[in-house]
Amino acid sequence: MTVPSNRPPLLQLEHLRVEFPSRHGTLTAVDDVSLEIAEGEVLGVVGESGAGKSITGAAIIGLIEPPGRIAGGRVLFEGERIDDLPYEKLRRIRGKRIGTIFQDPLTSLNPLYSIGRQLIETILTHTSLSPREARQRAIDLLSEVGIPSPAQRIDHYPHQFSGGMRQRVVIALALCANPRLVIADEPTTALDVSIQAQIIAVLKKLCREHGTAVMLITHDMGVIAETADRVAVMYAGRVVEVGPLREVVKHPRHPYTVGLMGSIPTLRGSRARLAQIDGSMPRLNRIPPGCAFHPRCPRAFERCEHERPELINDGPSWTSCWLYAPLARTGSDG
Amino acid sequence: MAEPAGSLPSAAATPRPLLRVAELARYFDASPPFLNRLLLGGRRRALKAVDGVSFAIPRGQTLSLVGESGCGKSTVARLIVGLYRPTRGTIEFDGQDVSLLRKERDVRALRRRFQIIFQDPFASLNPRWRVRDIIAEPIRVHGLVRGRAAIRARTEELLAQVGLSAADGGKYPHEFSGGQRQRISIARALASAPEFLVCDEPTSALDVSVQAQILNLMKDLQARLGLTYLFISHNLAVVNHMSDQVGVMYLGRLCEIAEAKTLFRRPLHPYTRLLLETIPDLELSGRPRVPVAGEVPSPIDPPPGCSFHPRCPFANERCRRERPELHLHEGDLVACHAVEEGRLPAVEAQSPSEPLTTRSEA
Repeated sequence: MTVPSNRPPLLQLEHLRVEFPSRHGTLTAVDDVSLEIAEGEVLGVVGESGAGKSITGAAIIGLIEPPGRIAGGRVLFEGERIDDLPYEKLRRIRGKRIGTIFQDPLTSLNPLYSIGRQLIETILTHTSLSPREARQRAIDLLSEVGIPSPAQRIDHYPHQFSGGMRQRVVIALALCANPRLVIADEPTTALDVSIQAQIIAVLKKLCREHGTAVMLITHDMGVIAETADRVAVMYAGRVVEVGPLREVVKHPRHPYTVGLMGSIPTLRGSRARLAQIDGSMPRLNRIPPGCAFHPRCPRAFERCEHERPELINDGPSWTSCWLYAPLARTGSDG
Repeated sequence: MAEPAGSLPSAAATPRPLLRVAELARYFDASPPFLNRLLLGGRRRALKAVDGVSFAIPRGQTLSLVGESGCGKSTVARLIVGLYRPTRGTIEFDGQDVSLLRKERDVRALRRRFQIIFQDPFASLNPRWRVRDIIAEPIRVHGLVRGRAAIRARTEELLAQVGLSAADGGKYPHEFSGGQRQRISIARALASAPEFLVCDEPTSALDVSVQAQILNLMKDLQARLGLTYLFISHNLAVVNHMSDQVGVMYLGRLCEIAEAKTLFRRPLHPYTRLLLETIPDLELSGRPRVPVAGEVPSPIDPPPGCSFHPRCPFANERCRRERPELHLHEGDLVACHAVEEGRLPAVEAQSPSEPLTTRSEA
């Protein structure tokens, strides 16, 4: 089952499953994940460490490190299946039609080449511009992402930029072939709070102007709240809740989302205790049967222990929790 | 509040604070190598990581230092627990000047009374020791409990205090998750029965749901054991949750220090306002956020005058020339010429339920 949205889907994940064979048996990092991203939409994927959100992003662009592999399901981009493409073909999609931004800008930039050379090379690879036009485009992009005096800065090397400026360069690099989709994996996590706000603003503005869809992967609910149109919450390799931003933030349905929202200290919240979810995310080799969240869930009942819930529609949101199954509702009143 | 200008509000509130630091400073040598200086004529340069910081923490309370990377907050933490020697200034613990202690025995006796919790629970625990031995080390070093069985009983008590089981004592650190390791760090810090804990970003490496567990645990322990905390964090929401007083640091200096509830309701310093502005809006109130331009300058070469002036929308000639000192303003200490001269637009009075906004003049 896929989750519908009202625009034609740009990217569809259907029952995606990613496995890592190990000495202790096969670990399932992503387990039956179905998601859609519409044209120009920002989908926030949020979850704690080990939820499988980064692996989901890597699977879309074929960057799962072997021996990890996509063990099931399909990835459709603009209606076309891309998870089974040969390496060369996928490489052409990556960069041209799907851009990526990673957490640490230093790992995305080659320290030995000037940022101009890296931008121009990418532009030349993916477009039919002449070298001179490519340079002009690179300068325009740098100015769009807010780098002062781009005509001079283009010949500088990554180490001559601060962390925030480097991340701006990486955004320029991701957008230089005018991709339809950008996968941004923790783009602001390594940055200071004031710089973080700047980067979010740049990313938001550019994607709106270029009509680029974004899959924003982060552990930070605050970043999601600032940016996303829809939110998918992941836990132990599965999507537990997906819905419009306002629904997920204001009226979370899944007990995990409720706990997650309650555990975030806010400026307006009372200064008494924070809501807390006891325990921690299970390790991949010890995922509980039934609903993976049931050992930590304050509202778990018998069915949760042995039967795994699928995404259930509840108003504008979808949630995989038995509390929202029609049967359960008669007993517990939602 | 009728207080003489220049005295700390907290110092006036209680007769003797547990910790008082005055004009604390720490410079690091960032000069080019000797030969380069000799041949190329480079000069000696000092990186002023902490440059004249004063505050006091009353017993049983929490003071937080907040700021971005490079503001010197972690250096303050390390100075207080003695991991660095101060370049200048004094640290007074329970009325005793720490730097005047000469005898090893006296230093050790004082050390027992304050402990530190570090940010990274993966780096701060010895991977080759069992948890039981990690926690027992301070007990053995300070000779607090004698005899195998008694030490064992004490470590089990400590484990229980932080929410771990006695059986966890036999395991190694790698068998625990980040949050559990931070519990082990807390148990070790509590092993010497300290009165004062320095917490250097204790939850920054943790997931939010685990962060909530650790913050709750720290508050419970504070209430139960009457601990005093110096809490270091870059996260204002966490600071708001934990603190009685908050000091905001920028480039090695305090730019504002106030009661937590006042600071968050009515920030004075433009930098404090900037930090508050950067907190993401989980209420989805649709409040427009204006990201403030610019980045923290290099502490090797800080701007003259007020070090915040290049990013400050209210800076004028005086700010570029003259460094502001902390002065008392409506009961809080703030280092800002604009506040002093009253040319800063007031933050609208806010009830806690309203979105926090700082408005610049139209």
